[in-house]
Order: sequence, then C-alpha cells, then structure tokens
Amino acid sequence: MHRFANPTRFLRLANALLPWLAAAAVLLLGSGLWLGLLRSPADYQQGETVRIMYVHVPAAWMAMAGYTTLALSSLAFLVWKHPLADLAARAASPIGASFTAIALVTGALWGQPMWGTWWVWDARLTSVLVLLFLYLGHMALTNAFDDPERGGRAGAVLALVGVVNLPIIKFSVDWWNTLHQPASVLRLGGSTIDPAMMKPLFLMAGGYLAVFGVALILRIRALYAERRLRQLRLSLTDA
Amino acid sequence: MSEFFAMGGYAGFIWPSYAVAFGVMAGLLLWAWRTARQGEAEVEHLRAVGLDPRRRQDAGVDVP
Amino acid sequence: MSRRPHRSRKNQRLALIVGGLAFLGIAAALVLTAFEDSVVFFFSPTDLAAKPIDPERRIRIGGLVEEGSVARGPGDGEIRFLVTDGTTTLPVRFVGVLPDLFREGQGVVAQGRLAGATFEADEVLAKHDETYMPPEVADALKKQGHWQPESAAKGKGS
Repeated sequence: MHRFANPTRFLRLANALLPWLAAAAVLLLGSGLWLGLLRSPADYQQGETVRIMYVHVPAAWMAMAGYTTLALSSLAFLVWKHPLADLAARAASPIGASFTAIALVTGALWGQPMWGTWWVWDARLTSVLVLLFLYLGHMALTNAFDDPERGGRAGAVLALVGVVNLPIIKFSVDWWNTLHQPASVLRLGGSTIDPAMMKPLFLMAGGYLAVFGVALILRIRALYAERRLRQLRLSLTDA
Repeated sequence: MSEFFAMGGYAGFIWPSYAVAFGVMAGLLLWAWRTARQGEAEVEHLRAVGLDPRRRQDAGVDVP
Repeated sequence: MSRRPHRSRKNQRLALIVGGLAFLGIAAALVLTAFEDSVVFFFSPTDLAAKPIDPERRIRIGGLVEEGSVARGPGDGEIRFLVTDGTTTLPVRFVGVLPDLFREGQGVVAQGRLAGATFEADEVLAKHDETYMPPEVADALKKQGHWQPESAAKGKGS
C-alpha cells in the first residue's frame, strides 16, 4: 500500500499503463460502435431505440464506479492520510460527474420515445440526479478552502456520507415501484439480454472503463503538478 | 443507407444520445490531457530555471 | 520508534468512519421506510383496493395492460383499458396520445384520479421490462410455447 503512496512510483506505473489503456479505449469503442449500430438486432418491443442502451447503461455503470473510486480514495485519505488518495478523490469527481451526466441525458433521450416522458421523479432517476449533485458538491467543497488539506478532508467526509446513495441507486428498482425497469445484467438468475445485444454492450462498457482510466490518470497528473507548483510558490513567498 | 440513418424513425433520439456520450467523453479527455500537460510543462520550466519544487519539498517534511 | 500509538490512531479513525456510516445507513433506511408512500412511483390496483384514497388526490397507478382489454371511443381520442397486477384489475379511461410502447400485455403507469370504480387518467406512460431480444427470438420462443407474456413482462420468463 505504501509503495503506491509514493507519487513518483505511482506515476511511473500509471504512465506505462496509459498507452495501453488509450489503445484499448479506441479498439473497444470502435468495435462497440460497429456492433451496436450496424451488427446488432432491433428489440422486439423497443425497436431501434434499444441502441441507446449501448451508450446509456455503460455510462450509468461508470457513474457508480466513479463514486466507488471517490469513496475508497476518501476513506484512504481520512484514515491513512495518503496525499495521493486525496488527489485520486479530487480527480474522480469530475469524471464521475461527466458519466452521470451522460447517463441522465441519454436516459431522457430514451425515455421520451419509449416511456412517453423525458423525466419522472421515480426513485431510480431521482437517486441518480442526487449522485450528480454529490459529485458537484464534492468538486465545490474540495476547492472552497485555502488550505488543500482541509478542503480534501471536508470533501472526503461528504463523499463518505454520500455512499448511502449507492445501494439506493442500485436497489431502488427492486425496493420500490419505479418507472425505470429492474436490472438486466447484474441480477440474480442471470442476464435477460439476448447475447446479440450483450456483445456490443460489454464492448462499450470496456471502452468506457478505459476512457475512465485514461481520464483518471491524466487528472491525477494534472493535480500532482498543481500541488508541486503550489509548494514552490509557497516556498518562494516564505523566502 | 438512408434507412440506417433513419433508425426506424427514432433518429432524433438515437443520434443525439451517441453525440452526447462521445462528445462528453471527448471533452473530458481533452480537458484532462491539457491540464496535465500544462501543469507539467510549468513544473518543468521552473525546474529548468533552477527552482525545483520537489527538491525544496525533500528538504522539508513529507508534504504532497 | 513509537509505531503503536500511530497505528491505533488510524484504527480509531477507521472505526469512527465505519461506525458513522452504519449509523447513517440505519437513519437513511428509517427515513425511506417512513416516507415509502412518496418514494413509490405508483400504486398497484391491489394497493389501491387495500387502502382508501382521497378521490381529490392525484395519484399514479401501474400494472400490465390486460390482453384484449383496449377499446377506443366513443369520444375523440378516448381510450379504455384494464390495468392488472395479476390479482386485481382496474378500469382506466384516458383521452390523449399514448406512448409508442403502449400495448396489451406490457407495463403501464397512469396518472390521474380515482372516479368511482374507474381511474380517470390524464397522463399515460409505458413501462417496459428488463428483457431485451431480437424479434425473431421472441417469435421462436412463442412458437415453441415457452412464451408466457405475464411472467415475461415481470422478468421471470425465459
């Protein structure tokens, strides 16, 4: 654990990973687009709109994965005070917010033709909107302090409080009546999606994950550079 | 071909969702790449002129 | 050096966070249970039969559109159908445009008021299930007799 807390060592590892992740993103998204738009069937009920699933569902998964990253980094920062964990948490929130926004917008574009509405206040949609606000709140709070240590701590506490929302999002469709349908892939008893539609879905999900990884590494690098510059300016004004 | 773009009459919903998804991801990657490159270039510049922030850091306590 | 107090402080922080999260989780569960009526998006016909609902209150009901129950007219754009949850059925009347996915045997959510025995809807939304498959697969399943629209719509089907 402590080995990875060393920023130089972490960045060396991350930079070695970066070109592979970028290549994986291009390949997976490319083949996902090809299969999703051209080589997969329409749905027996939803027709062609089922293709929105290939950009909507992976975005929702990444929205959850982003918050998990944020929460674990926040925990590591609060308990072990790893400065790198603070950077990872700060890097995760705008990325998670981007994927949450994609999920919300593509969901609205899918809901209007199929359900007959862009938006409803059901438990699933509302809890995902809350997730977006948690991300935005975390971004605002971490930058609201002059002292980055205090900002990081306040943001980490908010991130951990928001963890309650994760099971609510996941199980909202099982616990309450919602307009949103229950889970199709991550459910007991196996997937209810035809293999011909599963393939583009998983390719896209892999591509999204690679994009997530590339963005996370680049943002950690940016934030690390920012820290070093701040350190320098402080030492210059002290002198 | 035009049948493909029509998407069974749902073109107005399907194409915008792909545009939003790929547009947001492209914007995110571009922003992440530019902020990383700019920040690192600035650190590199200061190191070149002999004000290495990391060396100063090493002299003190283990600050991030 | 003094490794021990250092470590125990970390454990203390960890315990504090885990304890706080558990407390928060319980609080959230209690609040959500208390406000269940506002968290649920719609009532089923059975829910509705079980509890008296103020006819002035605008509510949502949901279930499956019963096969063979959809009838148009007599008014312009007027439509009548039965919503069922398997145990109870509720007649619904609606005037307006239906979503593309509205069809017999599929899920539906209607918003409106209960007028006597009929639900007067002013908005009808389609609710779909979690099964996705190509039309040929659906046809093949129907031909083989593996098709049960009721259970398929509830996601327990093939």
